[in-house]
Amino acid sequence: MTATFVSATTLEEALSAVAAGARAVAGGTDLVVGARQGKAALPDAIVAIDRVEALRGIANVDGALVLGALVTHEALVADTTVRERLTAIADASAIVGSHATRAQGTIGGNVMNASPAMDAGGPLLCFGATVTLRSTAGERSIDLADLWTAPGRTIATPDELLTSVRVPLPAAGTGSAYVRLEYRRQMEIAVVGATAVVTVVEGQITDVRIAITALSPTIRRIPEAEAALVGTDGGDAAVAAAAAATAAASTPISDVRGSATYRTAMAEVMARRAVASAITRATGGSVPIPASPALHGAK
Amino acid sequence: MKVTATLTVNGTAYPVELDPHASLLRAVRDEIGLTGSKEGCDDSECGACMMLLDGKPVNSCSYLALQAEGRAVTTVEGLAGEEELGELQRAFLHQGGVQCGFCTPGMLVSATALLHDNPEPSDEDIRIALSGNLCRCTGYDGIVRAVRQASVGGVAPLGAAVHHADTVAPHHGG
Repeated sequence: MTATFVSATTLEEALSAVAAGARAVAGGTDLVVGARQGKAALPDAIVAIDRVEALRGIANVDGALVLGALVTHEALVADTTVRERLTAIADASAIVGSHATRAQGTIGGNVMNASPAMDAGGPLLCFGATVTLRSTAGERSIDLADLWTAPGRTIATPDELLTSVRVPLPAAGTGSAYVRLEYRRQMEIAVVGATAVVTVVEGQITDVRIAITALSPTIRRIPEAEAALVGTDGGDAAVAAAAAATAAASTPISDVRGSATYRTAMAEVMARRAVASAITRATGGSVPIPASPALHGAK
Repeated sequence: MKVTATLTVNGTAYPVELDPHASLLRAVRDEIGLTGSKEGCDDSECGACMMLLDGKPVNSCSYLALQAEGRAVTTVEGLAGEEELGELQRAFLHQGGVQCGFCTPGMLVSATALLHDNPEPSDEDIRIALSGNLCRCTGYDGIVRAVRQASVGGVAPLGAAVHHADTVAPHHGG
């Protein structure tokens, strides 16, 4: 089959092309890079969606931040609400790929690529994000927790396009952090990552979400770790218990970036740093964005 | 089937015939004939192919050329005049930021994007901004000094600048 290329300017055009079998491309940082690396050949039919205005922009709607599918990592890092209220997303977006990846790569493509090592995935999951999937037949809203089914797999049907990601803004007194183990500063993929979102009221942790990255087939929350922390004062013992529970629930693979044994050991360290940083931020303390490089050498 | 398109590179519009799968790098090098941008890894790891797309850095080896239609593409050739090097390029020569030269076009493009967004970067800012560009010769210090020199208020570190750009002989070979 001969390769075809359409550049859509409206959502309707994009959805028609996807319904007819075309694959969507925005920044190309997964689809095209994957083809270059030999993961999968470029699809014969491609629809570029990077000019669809309806997929752009960050909007504050009814207590939630709605991210258009085309919002770049660079835009997320620069957004004041993301930095102040959804800080873990800024931590993650600031360390994705390189400056070029962050300038071109989009949140929609990042989510639909369904990598278990996706940096922004843990933060979105912990904040309770939902995604809107749209096709020519209509649209549906899916909890992010239900979207990913396996590495590189989602429940979306081939004719559906992710149009937006809705992230509820957390309660006052909430702090969050995303931390990863990395071997180099840029163009790195998380060896192990952990996200924590913690709400502290009068010295007591009232709500906590902890998620693991590159430690299971899909990014997921760890209820045992959350249970170890909620209702406590967030002291060292409680943080250590949550970190140990995180490592215990991890089921990593061994690959070129780390063995399963090493990943499990580091899961505890990353979880501890993420939880401690989230508590610091929740209680008015300062941890730089991105948190990850700032915490090198921390306990 | 090839598609007819127009790519605007360094302010000049070039009519091209492209395979839909062609990368921006291949289009600019092979169809347009601007060979300053290099192919290193061909999968977005090394930064040798770095260009600007509407002022934002892009790994052109992994970007579909047809997506660049209607956007302003800048390559290393666009950073200098016909006969004269730009300030950043002169700083690279000053500071020993060039050895084999293969990474240099990508370094210059990434540094241009950095200085546009952040005219007074710290050394840490410079290192992070250039971390998507690999150099296997110089050890990076000269490159970082060069970007610092070219930045607003940038002062060449004591003893680092050996001679003025005007006295540097034209670069042959490499």
